[in-house]
Amino acid sequence: MTVDTLTRQGSGRRSVRRQRSAPRQSPRRRIAATTSRWLIGTGLALLCAVWIYPFLWLVSASLKKPAEIFAKGLNLIPDSPIWENYVRAWSEVGFSSYFLNSVLITLGTVALVIFRSALAGYVLGRHDFIGKRLLIGILLVTFFLPEGYTIIPITQLTDRLGLLNSHLGVILGLGAGGQVAATLLYAGYFRAIPKDLEEAARIDGAGPLTIFFRIMLPLAWPITATVFILQFLYAWNAYLLPLVFTLSQPELRTLAVGMTAFVGEHDTDWSGMAAAAVLSLLPVVAVFIVLQRRFVESLAGAVKQ
Amino acid sequence: MDHMTATPHRERSTLRRLREDWWIYLFLLPTVVGYGAYTVYPLVASWWYAFLDWPGFAMRGTFIGLANFKLLWHDDLFWNAFTNSLVFLIISVPLRVGLALALAIVLNRPSTPFRGLFRTLLFLPVVTTGAIVGVVFTLILDADGPVNLALVKTALIEEPVNFLGNAGTSLYSAIGVWVWKWLGITLIYWLAALQTIPHELYEAARIDGAGPWREFRYITLPLLVPFLLIITLIDMVGALNVFDLVMTLTGGGPAFSSEVIEVYIYRTAFQATVPQLGYASAAAVLFGLLTMVLAVLQAIGVRSVRRGMAAR
Repeated sequence: MTVDTLTRQGSGRRSVRRQRSAPRQSPRRRIAATTSRWLIGTGLALLCAVWIYPFLWLVSASLKKPAEIFAKGLNLIPDSPIWENYVRAWSEVGFSSYFLNSVLITLGTVALVIFRSALAGYVLGRHDFIGKRLLIGILLVTFFLPEGYTIIPITQLTDRLGLLNSHLGVILGLGAGGQVAATLLYAGYFRAIPKDLEEAARIDGAGPLTIFFRIMLPLAWPITATVFILQFLYAWNAYLLPLVFTLSQPELRTLAVGMTAFVGEHDTDWSGMAAAAVLSLLPVVAVFIVLQRRFVESLAGAVKQ
Repeated sequence: MDHMTATPHRERSTLRRLREDWWIYLFLLPTVVGYGAYTVYPLVASWWYAFLDWPGFAMRGTFIGLANFKLLWHDDLFWNAFTNSLVFLIISVPLRVGLALALAIVLNRPSTPFRGLFRTLLFLPVVTTGAIVGVVFTLILDADGPVNLALVKTALIEEPVNFLGNAGTSLYSAIGVWVWKWLGITLIYWLAALQTIPHELYEAARIDGAGPWREFRYITLPLLVPFLLIITLIDMVGALNVFDLVMTLTGGGPAFSSEVIEVYIYRTAFQATVPQLGYASAAAVLFGLLTMVLAVLQAIGVRSVRRGMAAR
């Protein structure tokens, strides 16, 4: 950095600049600050290395021979990468169909939640109607309802509807109830949009549906992005409900459920297991890395409310 | 709620309002139907099921009054699961909230290098699938796995410990993995909370000669109390929803040593040869009550803190 500033700005300018940014610091204090900066940096770097070590170990295990995983100690580099592990997990164990199930169920759940929360959030945020307080009250009371509490009635309901062994059953189970946060996020956003926008459209003769789909929903794209991320995580990582719903229907398993079934059926194929785990985690980690900033902002925004 | 917008509508009669606002109810339809069927109905139905002897989804239940609750009261395994859930909560939540706060304070300092990168790495486990993380950690925490190798090599322990296969350590290992997996999200919450504190406050304190500790004690901490309550509540509810991780790590074992309430419910309702759906529902109802008590206590706490701040 110093070299960079030197060449670009010349030494004279640089000293002026430094004086301005830290006028009262003595050299000794500056050295102490730099030292503590590096100590903290090194400490955090070590912590993060330990933190993500399980993932590094997992990727390494997925490229080793089963015997090699535990025999080579802490060495993460495989003798020679065995890509065949991935082929085995993908086709022989059936992860290709688990993957497809996970994608279908996740996309279905995300679409369902966005559709119903955007509609409900819009009227809750912008309009007054009979029953509004009751509705908000119910939403808030059930905010923290645990999944273990609702699983038996939901299973029974899905069974009655004849959807127990279908993708739709899992999608409805995950997305039709709950997810209050998404509705509240939309309501909060729509509340802040100025009223005149709708008035103008109404004078031009637009009905409520046109106003919502043509004007309001496109305006709310940041919330749609946030809800997409949160629901993608939720649905992709869901376990209890897909597990219960597919107990008698192995071909409907999602990746999370398939993984645990794999453990029961091939309990010594550790490298196949590791490859399957990498395949299952890859999409969600990829989405995270691409949309990182938005991820963090969505979660931070949720707690500030 | 919206008193400003409510005023002009006041002249309209109830009937007319209902007729004119038909589209509002149309917009609410998907939520009302979905939410009614998949959240409100289960909430109510669980109570009814708790009074039934109901040996399977294909059968009809028979009303047996309070018999399920009486049985639960004397069921050692239920109380074992209940205690395990509470132990899980009491150990993991302070750990998660405290560690995340310490890290957030360090990561919030402008002088800390690579803040974005560190934050991303610490957050990474949060996005991963709990059930898959659980399976992976059965290998990592294995007696021959990397954690034991590292601990033996650095002479922190003499003999490898079978963390998950040992009744004395299984629950605590699950707590450790859970804190590792979810710490990142609490960290983000804390960072968001810290950013609501105006920077000028610290500058003023520094001019008055306050050191880092006094800054923390007299500025950061008091302003963080409302966030502390909300974050603790979110993490507590999280600590009661650990089915995916515990089920895949230990399955509740060995010898029920790490069986939390959700695993107990799952086992009685879905894994038993004769499913005991009514009995499991009674356990679920008690579990729901526990969660609700915690949420209400927190809500009271938040309200009293807000009132205290407004009074000041």
